[in-house]
Amino acid sequence: MRPVAVVGIGKTAFGAFADRDLRSLAVEAGQKALKNGNATPEQVEAFYLGNFAGPSFVGQNHLAPYIASGIGMHGVPATRFEAACASSGSAFFHAASAVAAGIYDVVLVAGVEKMTSQPTPKVTEILAGAGDLCGEVRAGATFPALFAMIARRHMCQYGTTREHMAAVAVKNHANGAKNPLAHMRKVITMEQALAGKPIAEPLTVYDCSLVSDGAAAVLIMPADRARDFSEKPVRVLGVAQTSDNVALDEKDDITTFGAVKTSAEKAYKMAGVEARDIQFAEVHDCFTIAEIIAIEDLGFVKKGEGGPYSLAGGTCLNGERPVNASGGLKSKGHPVGATGVGQICDVVEQIRGEAGERQVKRNGLGLAQNLGGSGATSVITILGPA
Amino acid sequence: MKELGSGTVYTETVVYSPPEAYVNDVPYQLAIVELAGGRRVTGRVAGERAHIGDRVEFAEFRNDVPFFRKTQTS
Repeated sequence: MRPVAVVGIGKTAFGAFADRDLRSLAVEAGQKALKNGNATPEQVEAFYLGNFAGPSFVGQNHLAPYIASGIGMHGVPATRFEAACASSGSAFFHAASAVAAGIYDVVLVAGVEKMTSQPTPKVTEILAGAGDLCGEVRAGATFPALFAMIARRHMCQYGTTREHMAAVAVKNHANGAKNPLAHMRKVITMEQALAGKPIAEPLTVYDCSLVSDGAAAVLIMPADRARDFSEKPVRVLGVAQTSDNVALDEKDDITTFGAVKTSAEKAYKMAGVEARDIQFAEVHDCFTIAEIIAIEDLGFVKKGEGGPYSLAGGTCLNGERPVNASGGLKSKGHPVGATGVGQICDVVEQIRGEAGERQVKRNGLGLAQNLGGSGATSVITILGPA
Repeated sequence: MKELGSGTVYTETVVYSPPEAYVNDVPYQLAIVELAGGRRVTGRVAGERAHIGDRVEFAEFRNDVPFFRKTQTS
């Protein structure tokens, strides 16, 4: 397999944009990634798109060629990948695998979601489509409800507290306030986080990520061509996707995501590194409890220690191992189909030393963890300087 | 419709922000109940609030959704 590098990144702002449609967001991100990678649309050989629910949110199908032609890429294979909130992580995994296998050289990967044109109950219902419609969803499970049940169990088994979860929200809001492209640039206090409006007990509005519009894109190619396109190419050292049961009630232990563990093991092995070598990470904090479980499943801390470690500041921007320096899904925003590639853009920015106020000090080895549903898809990407 | 019998609450939540189909139900309690034999099902708890470890018994199916009632506090 050939080594693969990221040579260009492009992100739109994440937020609620009444005047923007899905296609224009994706086209903006794609064109920015091409410009950042000093490439033209004509040089791209294939287009991989991550999108969860464009057909439900905005009624548009056949999205990949629709966006490809908007970017100016004509005639190339253009395909949409759907894996709930891991849709663009999955698109990236398949694109990087195709480049590594020698099928293509220059590939554009994008992710996009346009969510804010629907009222909250409708958004909640569309998102619930990533769960088991014949069981949990019919009973009234929403995604906040599924992660609330995960949180309850984690609290029961490991003594995790509301304060532990609130610490994740406070930290991610502090980071997001430094991110010019973040949806909610607002510092919050522990008291505010604990007193939020209940969404699904024990989760309040401050435990939940944002409903956002946005897009992100990366340009990838074989590492041996990367210097022709970028002065700061970033190597894809490891990338893996695995799967697990969709329904929560079919899992033995809901306080851990089996797919995160298996995909992390594969990615660590591919990169030739161990969990302790990872210096910073963007993890999938769709809910605060998900970040706590992520740092446990990735092996950054022992099982059950994710809460205390978060409260003690281990994951802060100036902590031992910064997590979600971008603000995470909580503050940066969570346009679900854009999230996976957005995380990869954020890790690449850190490795290039271009993260401004939110730059981490130790930026030599970063990881992105993108989770689909309540853990049925996981994609792990490990990046370092080329 | 098969009786599900009794079981133990494995985990639970009370939902305040509902999907479109259940806007008139909130707040409602959702739980994963572990039945005899170890199989788990997701359903609603009607009546008194139940917590992890509490015993519940199957009450009825409403639109194919199992409803349970609390019988014993853990």
